[in-house]
Amino acid sequence: MKKYIFLFSYLVIMSLTSCSSEDPEIVNEEELITTLRVTLTPQGGGTTVTLQLQDLDGNGPNAPVTNVSGPLQANKTYTGVTQVLNETESPAENITLEVKEEGYEHQFFYTFSNSIATATYTDQDKNGRPIGITFNLTTTTAGIGNLTVTLRHEPNKAASGVSAGIITNAGGETDVEATFNLTVN
Amino acid sequence: MKKILVVFFCMNVFWIFSQKCTYNIQGTIVDFHDGSIIDDATILIKNTNKFAVSDSEGNFTISNVCNGKITLVISHIGCKTSEKTIKIDGNYTGKFLLEHHSEELEEVTLKGKIVVKKVASLSETVLSKKMLENYSAASLGDALKEIAGVSSINTGNAIVKPMINGMHSSRIIVMNNGVRLQDQEWGIEHAPNIDLNSSESVSVIKGAGALAFGSDAIGGVVLLNPKNPIRKDSLFGSTIAGFQTNGKAYNIASSLHKTYKNGYFLDANATHKRFGDFRAPDYFLTNTGSKSTAFSLNVGYKTFETGWNLFVSSIANEIGILGASHIGGIQDLVNALNSQQPLIQNDFSYRIDNPKQDVTHFIAKASYFKRFQNVGKLTLQYDFQENQRFEYDRRIGDNRFIPAVDLNLQTHTATADFLFDAKNSWTFQSGTLFRFQENVANPATGVRRLIPDYQKTDAGIYTTIKHEFSENWLFDTGFRYDFNFYGVKKFYQTSRWSVLGYDVLFPELVIQDLGTQLLTNPELSFHNFAMSLGAKRTLSEENSLLLNYTMATRPPNIAELFSDGLHHSAARIELGSLTLNSEKSNRFSLSFLKENSSSKWQIDTYINTIQDYIFIAPNGTEQTIRGAFPKWEYRQTDALLVGFDINIQKEFSENWGYSLNTSYIYAQDTENKMPIIDMPPFQMKNSISYNNNDWHGFSSTLISEFIGRQNRFPDFNFNQFIAETNTTVLVDISTPPNAYHLFHINNTMNFDLGKHSKIQVSLNINNLLNTSYRNYLNRLRFFADDLGRNFQLQIKINY
Repeated sequence: MKKYIFLFSYLVIMSLTSCSSEDPEIVNEEELITTLRVTLTPQGGGTTVTLQLQDLDGNGPNAPVTNVSGPLQANKTYTGVTQVLNETESPAENITLEVKEEGYEHQFFYTFSNSIATATYTDQDKNGRPIGITFNLTTTTAGIGNLTVTLRHEPNKAASGVSAGIITNAGGETDVEATFNLTVN
Repeated sequence: MKKILVVFFCMNVFWIFSQKCTYNIQGTIVDFHDGSIIDDATILIKNTNKFAVSDSEGNFTISNVCNGKITLVISHIGCKTSEKTIKIDGNYTGKFLLEHHSEELEEVTLKGKIVVKKVASLSETVLSKKMLENYSAASLGDALKEIAGVSSINTGNAIVKPMINGMHSSRIIVMNNGVRLQDQEWGIEHAPNIDLNSSESVSVIKGAGALAFGSDAIGGVVLLNPKNPIRKDSLFGSTIAGFQTNGKAYNIASSLHKTYKNGYFLDANATHKRFGDFRAPDYFLTNTGSKSTAFSLNVGYKTFETGWNLFVSSIANEIGILGASHIGGIQDLVNALNSQQPLIQNDFSYRIDNPKQDVTHFIAKASYFKRFQNVGKLTLQYDFQENQRFEYDRRIGDNRFIPAVDLNLQTHTATADFLFDAKNSWTFQSGTLFRFQENVANPATGVRRLIPDYQKTDAGIYTTIKHEFSENWLFDTGFRYDFNFYGVKKFYQTSRWSVLGYDVLFPELVIQDLGTQLLTNPELSFHNFAMSLGAKRTLSEENSLLLNYTMATRPPNIAELFSDGLHHSAARIELGSLTLNSEKSNRFSLSFLKENSSSKWQIDTYINTIQDYIFIAPNGTEQTIRGAFPKWEYRQTDALLVGFDINIQKEFSENWGYSLNTSYIYAQDTENKMPIIDMPPFQMKNSISYNNNDWHGFSSTLISEFIGRQNRFPDFNFNQFIAETNTTVLVDISTPPNAYHLFHINNTMNFDLGKHSKIQVSLNINNLLNTSYRNYLNRLRFFADDLGRNFQLQIKINY
């Protein structure tokens, strides 16, 4: 009987003297994208327009900040280049390179409202399907509308309309989704 | 504490002086049917520690018996336990009869067993082994729904969390063979890790009044009881094998029991279940398969005076989560809400892909008890539990095989309980508890920890007193105090820390500034008091009334305090709050019980006011570079819950029976004057059964199950701009689904197999009419219908 009380007290003491823990290791979310930047250069000269979405705290509470540098010209074709960066690192990590390397697993979609412009892809992955890092943007008549840029990871490029730039049947995971208010003069 | 003991001792001294305790009882135990003597029967004077065992001639003697009315409880393996009340005013000699059911070893009905209720003034409902066997392939949450007032909150059909009177998760204590289950019970998608097949019976006590188990069981206590060993050389076992059409599932469970006359016993259980994709009436629920393997071993030595027990149990579950429920942002949720069908529908498969859960739970328990003559019983216990939880999301690339959640929870608990039952009509129980728990969240997931690393220390002490005031009045009361201490090391995003206001409220908690993240060290203590007071009034031989008041306190759990971040499988951002206080519940309950040879009534009514009631509710969305995600936040309010549970069983004749189970709860957020989220609607279950013992024990039960529409729900809907379609839509996540009505039929037959074995065949059909429905308390109701028709065949062999 006595030995049971002893054993019991021993266990009680054991459980109370917890070893002090080391500090846990920080988790930095891998392949964090903080910035999406679209550079539109008018073919044949004119003002370059830059669109940027920046969310420096990742999944944190601060809302992303959108920036449109200026208006677009009507009935004009622009050469477009899209970049994705991790700006929490210094110098900023250019994730566009990884997207290009794994081009078959990524696709950028450019969706316009109010028919203010259309986009056509000018690059290809190793399977001959578009990635969308480079594209041509052609504006129509003057007006205002939205451009939504979406980066999908592992989309189904063979599904109907996807390789033409229609996002409806694409599937996959959304890595970036940015909406810009555009003015076409 | 000492003062109370002295007072009671003094009170009892007067008792002793007024009683003469020099009489003895001599008797013989004989079989009711043929008059043969029964040796090795135990004769116990109820509510005391005095007992004797009948010798080889069936004779026994109990000395030093006090005058007055006493009840003798006579028990023996293979016999129906009998009670006999006799009046002692001199030496007593007599013959006592026992009904000896020889080799059957079937379950003696619970009426005949000594089922000691934990709290006399609270409703305690017991599910027998026979009832549990119907759920051999299912989960604890499913089985408990047999009890009026118990429902479940689900994530699909494989993850079923019991809900008692609207309360679930941390508000329910689950005791598995004396061990309080510690398995990350805070999550809606975390079902209790239990293999029903290793339990002999399951009891549910509603409300927190069973203070021996804790001070925080605001919903209630679920007790899983092991087989009570018998003192006879025996070896018997059973195997249950089953198959179900919905899910093309098979299950097999075996158990073996060996007992020895000298008191040693051994129970072993092993279970394996395998489910493929479930099917709703119109489509397959892709990726809802699951796999479960469990084994347990319960060995020990048990005599009336002393005993020890070693219990080891291990369960491994792999559970698929509906593929269509994985969403990448608010857009996907809107698509799902607008679609009548799940967006992923494949053909049937046994494959369990991501998203899925992989959980293993291990328990080891050692306990010892000793009775001290004329005083009581001391029980000492130590138990260890380890829970390892992996949650896999649909991740891309190399991360496909790495879990997004990796939590390891280890818990050590030591308890000491003393039961003083030597005094007539007074029973005292007192105990202490020490617990140490450590949670480690593995950073190798590459995803910020959903809940942080922590160490938790608990210490508790309680006393319960039961007093038989008269033949018709029984009083019980209890007090409990628990101390909880959390030592937490948590990373917050610097932006989140300031948006929550913690930079102003808790700046001292930061121990390291790493730029975009801060390492903090919150240390929280909670003092929890609980008190219970109740009475049982026996109105007649058939009727009794139970009245109870319990005050209980529940500290916030780790998820309520520290949830932080995008919970991928729920596709929502969940945020805890450091400013939460403990919940305090005041519960009044009144129950009416009626029992006679042909019917059984149980009517439970209750009012529960909960101050600082903690719950999680939607609060719009949070915008990230990946789009908008629904945001759910833990918050606190005052709640009022009023409800009733009714269970009526009636035998109309030898063959026909009827039963009714119905419950309703009114739950209101009294601070914000709106209903409480996620409360069960009105439900009613009517069953008609036909039994015919002459047809191989044939029994057939037709069940009509009606679940109403929850018309009292809070409106947390919000408008959301959807970039893809350039429109603003209303996201309706609040409106409950419509009411529905299901029919089920259960059929059983028994056959003899050789001289010593019995075989029982059951054919059950669930959702007979293949009705399409969605359940408000199923988190996956946004994405797909619930289960369609299911044929279940189960064969049980007793040997």
